Amino acid sequence: CLNKLDIKPIDPSQKTSINSEGEYFSYLTKMYAGLANTGQGGSAGGDLGGGDEGGTQYWRVFWNAEEFPTDEVKNTWTDEGAPQMTYGTWTKDNPFVAGLYNRIYYQITATNEFLRQAEKLDGSTYQDLAEWKAEARFLRAYSYWHALDFFGNRVPFVTEKDPIGKFMPKPAGENVRGPELFNYIHSELKAIVGEGDNKDEVLKDAGTAWLGRADKGAAYMLLAKLDLNSEVYLGHKDVELFKEGRAYLEKMMQEGGYSLYTDGGKVGNYESNAYSRLFMADNEKTAKEQIFTISSDGINMTHWGGTTYLIAAATGGKMDAKKLVGIGSGWAGNRTTKTMVENLQKDGNDDRGKMFFTEGQNLEIENNTQFTDGYAVIKWKNIQQDGSEGKNNDGVFASTKIPVFRLADAYLMLAEFDLRIDGAVSAAHQALVNNLRTRAHAAPYTGTMDLNFILNERQRELFWEGHRRTDLIRFHKFVKGLDWAFKGGVAEGKDLPARSVLYPIPSADTGANTNLVQNTGY
Amino acid sequence: LSAFAQAMVKGTVVSGDDGEPIPGVNVLIKGSASGTITDFNGAYQLQAKKSDVLVFSFVGYKPKEVLVGDQQQIDVKLGADVKSLNEVVVIGYGSAKKSDLTGSVTAITASDFNQGAISSPQELLNGKVPGVQITNGGGAPGAGATIRIRGGASLNASNDPLIIIDGVPMDNGGVAGMRNPLNTINPSDIETFTVLKDASATAIYGSRASNGVIIITTKKGTKGKMTVDYTGTVSVGQITGKLDMLNANQYRELTNAKTPENAHLLGDANTDWQDAIFRTAISTDHNIAVSGSLKDIPYRVSLGYNNSQGVLKKSDMQRTTLALNLNPKFFNDNLKTNMSVKVMGVKNNFSNEGAIGAAGAFDPTQPIYSDNKEFDQFGGYFTWLNDKGVPQYSIAPGNPMALINQRHDEADVFRSVGNLSLDYSMPFLKGLSANLNVGYDYSKSNGDTNVDANAGFDQGAVTNQGTFRSYEQTKNNNLLDFYMKYASDLPSIDGKFDVMGGYSYQYFKKEDINHNSYGSGQEHPMALEHYKNHNNLQSFFARANFSLSEKYMFTATVRADGSSRFSEDNRWGIFPAAAFAWNMDKESFLASSNTISTMKLRLGYGITGQQDIGSEFGYMPVYATSVATSRYTYYDRKTGEAKTFNTIRPSGYDQDLKWEQTTTYNAGVDFGFLDDRFSGALEVYYRNTADLLNYIPVPAGSNLTNMLTTNVGAMENKGVEFNLNSKLVQSKDFNFDLGVNFTYNDNKITSLTMNDDPDYDGVRTGGVEGGQGVYAQRHRVGYPASAFFMYEQVYDKDGHPVEGMYKDQDGDGKITENDLKYLGNPAPKFLLGLTTRMTYKNWDFSAAARASLGNKVYNNVASNKGNYNTLHTSGQVLNNVHASVFDTKFQHPQLLSNYYLENGSFLRIDNVMIGYNFFNVFGSKMNARVYGTVNNVAVITGYDGLDPEVFGGIDNNAYPRPRTYMLGVNLSF
Repeated sequence: CLNKLDIKPIDPSQKTSINSEGEYFSYLTKMYAGLANTGQGGSAGGDLGGGDEGGTQYWRVFWNAEEFPTDEVKNTWTDEGAPQMTYGTWTKDNPFVAGLYNRIYYQITATNEFLRQAEKLDGSTYQDLAEWKAEARFLRAYSYWHALDFFGNRVPFVTEKDPIGKFMPKPAGENVRGPELFNYIHSELKAIVGEGDNKDEVLKDAGTAWLGRADKGAAYMLLAKLDLNSEVYLGHKDVELFKEGRAYLEKMMQEGGYSLYTDGGKVGNYESNAYSRLFMADNEKTAKEQIFTISSDGINMTHWGGTTYLIAAATGGKMDAKKLVGIGSGWAGNRTTKTMVENLQKDGNDDRGKMFFTEGQNLEIENNTQFTDGYAVIKWKNIQQDGSEGKNNDGVFASTKIPVFRLADAYLMLAEFDLRIDGAVSAAHQALVNNLRTRAHAAPYTGTMDLNFILNERQRELFWEGHRRTDLIRFHKFVKGLDWAFKGGVAEGKDLPARSVLYPIPSADTGANTNLVQNTGY
Repeated sequence: LSAFAQAMVKGTVVSGDDGEPIPGVNVLIKGSASGTITDFNGAYQLQAKKSDVLVFSFVGYKPKEVLVGDQQQIDVKLGADVKSLNEVVVIGYGSAKKSDLTGSVTAITASDFNQGAISSPQELLNGKVPGVQITNGGGAPGAGATIRIRGGASLNASNDPLIIIDGVPMDNGGVAGMRNPLNTINPSDIETFTVLKDASATAIYGSRASNGVIIITTKKGTKGKMTVDYTGTVSVGQITGKLDMLNANQYRELTNAKTPENAHLLGDANTDWQDAIFRTAISTDHNIAVSGSLKDIPYRVSLGYNNSQGVLKKSDMQRTTLALNLNPKFFNDNLKTNMSVKVMGVKNNFSNEGAIGAAGAFDPTQPIYSDNKEFDQFGGYFTWLNDKGVPQYSIAPGNPMALINQRHDEADVFRSVGNLSLDYSMPFLKGLSANLNVGYDYSKSNGDTNVDANAGFDQGAVTNQGTFRSYEQTKNNNLLDFYMKYASDLPSIDGKFDVMGGYSYQYFKKEDINHNSYGSGQEHPMALEHYKNHNNLQSFFARANFSLSEKYMFTATVRADGSSRFSEDNRWGIFPAAAFAWNMDKESFLASSNTISTMKLRLGYGITGQQDIGSEFGYMPVYATSVATSRYTYYDRKTGEAKTFNTIRPSGYDQDLKWEQTTTYNAGVDFGFLDDRFSGALEVYYRNTADLLNYIPVPAGSNLTNMLTTNVGAMENKGVEFNLNSKLVQSKDFNFDLGVNFTYNDNKITSLTMNDDPDYDGVRTGGVEGGQGVYAQRHRVGYPASAFFMYEQVYDKDGHPVEGMYKDQDGDGKITENDLKYLGNPAPKFLLGLTTRMTYKNWDFSAAARASLGNKVYNNVASNKGNYNTLHTSGQVLNNVHASVFDTKFQHPQLLSNYYLENGSFLRIDNVMIGYNFFNVFGSKMNARVYGTVNNVAVITGYDGLDPEVFGGIDNNAYPRPRTYMLGVNLSF
């Protein structure tokens, strides 16, 4: 009778071990789903405790942190922490910052656990196990990159060699800016593209994995991102890293055979241009330009983040949500500033400057809580190329995939590397950048492409895709040098405090882990 | 006269105290069913034989037996039975004479219960026992309650006491479709509540005893003639107040003044949404109980029907209860059996409590219904639409009446609790007995929450032609207890002892199935959820009592508990306790005292545990499979073909999870004066809980979650309890009893985190409405659990708060989180209870009141809605504003301003009752009583919100407690 105390879970959805190749693949898939879903129970039953589940979704917390404090997005909501994110006046208790940090570390810990479990298996147990491990290492490197970019080099550092339990991880490095975490991510990525000792744990070749999974293309791109921002992360400039980053991009383009998606026009009665199709519900059709994406599927992946959030939060005012963006109703949260509108509309023919909804909307933001102050942005849509709605449940969940890394970004990075290495953009790379412009029906740029042009062109091409804060910091325009509405909390905009280039480590974690040191200024 | 002939015997019965006659005394011929009742002058007459023995009994008096013999006139004096120490009190695995008790035990019997329109058992007890705080969840019919004994020993693990009904321990998990699991029993079937408070009394229940134990016994049959008892009541309930929101004209003015750009959204109606959703609730209750004996088998059967309406429209409960008790004895009374079965069926209509918040939030200038054609598709209910006629689902509150009428949330629950206990006294060895108790608790619930296809507040329902959600739950708990007991006198030293030892097995199993479907009832193929869970608890326990000269008593208990919730290494917990009591009144220096009738000193020490941590397998790695809507889809790059896979997630766990342990020290004095006309107890206690089961943020990177249940920290509770029961007046016509009780509890967290960092500013708790991740409370070392940490508001010279201006506590020139200061405790410092009962001739009157002092309440309704920002959402939708905005003039919500933190002390008059008794109605044997009560008579408080009695201290859109007027009749024959 006493052995009845040894009972095991009987819940059909709970297992105590993973025993088959299919289950292992489902386990790996959870690592990808960590970027998209909020938990195992649809939109309820999340991975993380505390707060509203929808607000814990990876891309939503990432995108808010990357876009709210910039000129690209101003959010109207008055929820605690939202105005501070929009104004750039966050503090160490900000729930949005905590949400971002928790989601990043959830992903890191979960991939560590996957690797730990996989280590226990004989390498030959499952045919693709080594490749799956490389994919998990990519996802971990991707999240560590976010940790480095948002929180700096003094964040907690754990790998598969650490246990699961109750211990206090050590910070990656001693200083806010420094080499430790950068070098770790760098070496991990090099290992999984086949430049390390283990030639088995390597990703698929660039451009060959399913959309939604990582191959070498994704790793090359992330290596280049790391190198491009290396001056920010390390605290000093290293031209060799720029050269390395440029070489990875070239290798990626050569091996992956990617090309820009250029098909536009009418499908049935619905007309859309090539650029806008990158952000539509059936954008898996634009795969040739996509290097790494996060999936969305309004039937099988229901959550209140991702493109569901991007679309719904951007919808309000007089917009016909259903017809315009393929979603039932809006949340009237995000719209943009005059600063961005003007940059996007420099060339009147530019398709990229036509993605605003202006009826009943004022260009200027005078009252930040009024959705109709500021232009609404209709870049993200849950509409397919034939004008039908993306497949979804309840008319609320979008199917539009998120382009995390796409070729256009690589083109712009190549030009920027040229400038940072040689002081000028090569003719070949100028042509690539102009390809982006001509795809969008803007005139090719004939002036000298300098850093300022690159920053502006990056916004024109990549606005609302989660790049802006990192770009502004790299170009030293985040804290000062560029103003926009409600920067610093005032309508006309003012400089941010110097600390703002990094978010604070949430007070819940500095409280739980006394090894950690708070970022400067918080 | 021959011995067998009957003769008329008559006489009068008077009170031994004052010689006044006592009406209504039962005069029974012993061993038969025949008898009579004294009349108004205390006189009786009946036919009796010489050999008969007459038994005179009346509540409050010691019964008296007289042999008839040759007497024809038997006048009797009944002595008041105020000395209750010979009462037998139910304790864990047995019973004890009150004078032998060594622990802190309070028993409340039916005659002490609260009166009135009571549909839930815990209301019978509220305010009666020092150290017990009962906070009803709100005014919904059959609403649950939070019960805290001595402040609660845990932070995050359950703080609910263990409740045992007729020997069957309940699990605290709740039952789907029921507001309150205690509703399993009909309050009118309850005979006693015994509250075990200190560890020496509770430790016999080991790992579930840290928060006290409440033992409920139900009424049993008595040998004798069949008696029938009927009670019927009808009651009327109404809300006592409304949220202080703006009326339509105030709202119009404010919108025109503050956001004229939104004035075009104003409607021209004047709607009081709170009036619209509430109603006068009419409820009825009927109980009939039959008891007696059938061929020597005493029985009691009762049937109850309760139909309670809630003050929120559509909310109601219909409950039918059936209880059967058989307690025969066999083998020369050596085998005592007790079988009890309770069956309950309840139909709940939960209405839509979301309408309460929506009624506060909804624009008062809009109509409930509109003739405008665009609302036809939403059942005519006014709904916030965008320019294209599509509802503003995500940003607008739902029309409160639509919320009530277009959403249907109903459940049927069947539950049965029963047990069979066999107690066998071994005839071959006097004093040795064995007890076997087998019991079950079974429940099955079925519920639906459906939304109509035209519900303009629910996007899913409109898109899918309605949503249908149904749930089913089955819970099955089984119990087996076995113990043996040996008791013996030790005449050589004028002592006695008893020892007891036993084993207990309990298995809890639960299964939930949820169906979601859409469209005209057509099942959605992917939305079926199925959950199953179980846990097992096995225990060994023993107790020894030893007493000398009835003066000195020693008790020792120990329990070993094994729980499936912990790993093998931590599975077993040992919970010992010891206690000593000294009946000083039996010592020569007090025995002769005329003043002091009872004086007893009690000292106790013990360790109890806690294993109810919410999760069943928190110690082991568990992988959770995704539901169909949490899969992941990849796409073929070439063909675009979608490939969807399930995902598997490893859950966070702590393999070292173990018991939480509470050590309790208790000292008490029971006293009685003047033959116990004044009696009571004074107790002091100290409780320290170590290895708190705590839900805390784990260091990022160390576990597979950000929040984890683990053992960390310690907490202490110190307190004083006092109660005094007095019979102020005792006379023939007029009696006046008064009881008061007093509780003081001081709670403090003494350690919290793994690292004991002195600068750690605490775990955030007490999330408030109005912002994601805003917490008004913290668990922090050196402060009470869930202490309020807020900003101190700065006021201008006219006394108005200045928006965003707070006291800079750390003086660094900035207002940051470091300026959040400890500003109060949601738990009261003092609790007071007052009960009184008066009888005058056939009239009786009783009243009960409670006070809670020193607790703070956070007015979340005002803090969330009392600002100009609330006037509209993004310029698309209008929302009502709390009237506090006229004082604060806040533009933005100031959620953490202590402007909203108020003194929540209150005095509540819970009930008053007046009744009239008729004896021998129309000359028959029937007694009748009619009575009227008012429940929730009045609340005296300085709190500005609706009701300061809020468990947890954050007041936000609670279901208001109604004031209820009740009329009842009771017949017995």
